[in-house]
Amino acid sequence: MIKFLIYDGSFDGFLSVVFKVYDERLSKIRILREAQYDHAHTLFDEKEVVQTNVTHAKRVWKTLKQKCSHHGLRLIYKAYLSEIAGSEESMLIFIQKQLKASSPISQNYSDPDILRLSKVVKMVDREKHRLDAFVRFRQTKEGVYFAVISPDFNVLPLNISHFKHRYADQKWIIYDLKRKYGIYYDLVRVEIITFKFDPGALSPNVGYAEEEMQFEALWKNYFKSTNITSRKNTRLHHQHVPKRYWKYLIEKRP
Amino acid sequence: MNYERIKEKLNILADAAKYDVSCASSGSKRTNKNKGLGNSSGMGICHSYTEDGRCVSLLKILLTNYCIFDCAYCVTRKSNDIPRAAFKVQEVVDLTIAFYRRNYIEGLFLSSGIFKNADYTMERLIAVAKKLRKEENFNGYIHLKSIPGASDALMREAGLYADRLSVNIEIPSVEGLKLLAPDKKRNDFLRPMEKVKNEIIQYRSERKIIKNTPVYAPAGQSTQMIIGAAGETDAEIMYNSAYLYKKYNLKRVYYSGYIPISYDARLPSIGTNVPLLRENRLYQTDWLLRFYGFDIRELLSKEHPNLDSDIDPKLSWALRNLALFPVDINKADRGMIARVPGIGLKSVHKILQARRFRRLHWDHLKALGIAANRAKYFIVCDAPSFETKDRTAAQIKGLILQESKHKFRGMLNGQLNLFDPVTPMVG
Repeated sequence: MIKFLIYDGSFDGFLSVVFKVYDERLSKIRILREAQYDHAHTLFDEKEVVQTNVTHAKRVWKTLKQKCSHHGLRLIYKAYLSEIAGSEESMLIFIQKQLKASSPISQNYSDPDILRLSKVVKMVDREKHRLDAFVRFRQTKEGVYFAVISPDFNVLPLNISHFKHRYADQKWIIYDLKRKYGIYYDLVRVEIITFKFDPGALSPNVGYAEEEMQFEALWKNYFKSTNITSRKNTRLHHQHVPKRYWKYLIEKRP
Repeated sequence: MNYERIKEKLNILADAAKYDVSCASSGSKRTNKNKGLGNSSGMGICHSYTEDGRCVSLLKILLTNYCIFDCAYCVTRKSNDIPRAAFKVQEVVDLTIAFYRRNYIEGLFLSSGIFKNADYTMERLIAVAKKLRKEENFNGYIHLKSIPGASDALMREAGLYADRLSVNIEIPSVEGLKLLAPDKKRNDFLRPMEKVKNEIIQYRSERKIIKNTPVYAPAGQSTQMIIGAAGETDAEIMYNSAYLYKKYNLKRVYYSGYIPISYDARLPSIGTNVPLLRENRLYQTDWLLRFYGFDIRELLSKEHPNLDSDIDPKLSWALRNLALFPVDINKADRGMIARVPGIGLKSVHKILQARRFRRLHWDHLKALGIAANRAKYFIVCDAPSFETKDRTAAQIKGLILQESKHKFRGMLNGQLNLFDPVTPMVG
């Protein structure tokens, strides 16, 4: 019978599951986040909630650091951020194979499990890069540059360094509406923040600096003038800027 | 800031700048200093894409579209009856900063019509870049145009503030240039290019000795050629490119299919299609030169002056050199695998990594993303089944075309005539 291991959705939580799998020599398992369990599975399977244990997590990570290349560690972490159902099992298979192997295997693209994992990671990387591109800040009356997004994957932690190095002299917030948390840079460091209200519901005209609307209008205008109509290529346009991002892109909003 | 006035200017001056296709914002090494604004040390970012599918990475504008020259192919030529405008230096600075802070752009691309003279124009461009760097502590990307004929001293200064400098050749042949841009001489383009190249070399070598030598045009130089305006062959265009890459260490040559903007009898008339397919083939050839280790003489020659339109240039080369195939995927070196049609550089990397662990067969190769429908005629791998039949190049080409869906299929028939020898030009 398959046993379901349920964890709280944190990275340490996942590593605690890995610890348990090794500690109790478990096989035939499936790993799910709390949020995923309810609607997905029958009453008859065996299930166990794994408590997150930071000490266990640290031990697993330390072992992985000794066996994996940097590339391999990033593979695990980014696959975790994908939040794709079933990726935990791929990660576990990778970890098990890696711990048996004598050298790093994260680039063994002939192994279907590793290839699958690296395809997930590629999707995460692409989403991270899209966020670097598609975030649109609006200046609030308080002078903070504020942006909301809802990325397909939980990529915000990967974007911190990029935005911190780029906008070192302005306060900014990027808020993930889907996961209900944001990152806030206060001119010194970046912190994780949450709001009690729904920042997506903010009307564009309230709370923003006066010149904000002017600059947005200028940007929209620029976007239109820089287009060459005789080269129109709608398919390519949609491929590069998928429609689901349009609601956050000033130039694509009506 | 007078937003209405800025808006008018922006419309005119962005519209005039859009025919310059360069949009790269990568390859620089400028990092954020003293908690300033911006960073251009990473990879380039396309912040948006216009409806024609081109990347929007930089605020691409002309400082002014007043121009003393009358180049037939150019929309801002003196004789063209269009609204004219000019930005003030401070206006460009403010606009760049405002857009950059909102994460709309990676930086500024500033070109200009030539007013008064080359040096006067170049000075103004430099003034914008200098102000951004010195007063705003802006570390985003700046691409400046080298104005043909600008003095060496100015070119030297420009590189201290710009990440990239470019001067557009526009018309690849000397005769074409004489016909379409009688005011300009080829040497006017090449001289600033030469100067910047030498400065880059000098600054690099000084930097090795003195660590705090300022960076000089860290993203190098680029240029652009207009395709299909003066009747050149693909060979003429690409030999020009190969020469420029080699002689001036250019980072990029851009190819811009001519967009008819004039009723001038010397040019394709308004309503003629933009040669998108030809442009695509030229870029493929350019990539083969820069990343796949090809020499231009392998791809184009006197006997073979134009690229095939129905197949890509790598496949076309492979069909002319069937004696070099099949390649053993499990043994061949990187360079040879990269020459196999249907295998791109990413796949090459994956193949090299994967084959350290085991011998690869078809399933592996397909799974890691090669285009097997093209590659299968050119490789062997760890499998009993191969395309063993001795086929002629024409047969292979036929089979591949049968099996593939062509991105430009709809366009192919209509545009084929563009590849035929062009009728001699007037004059």
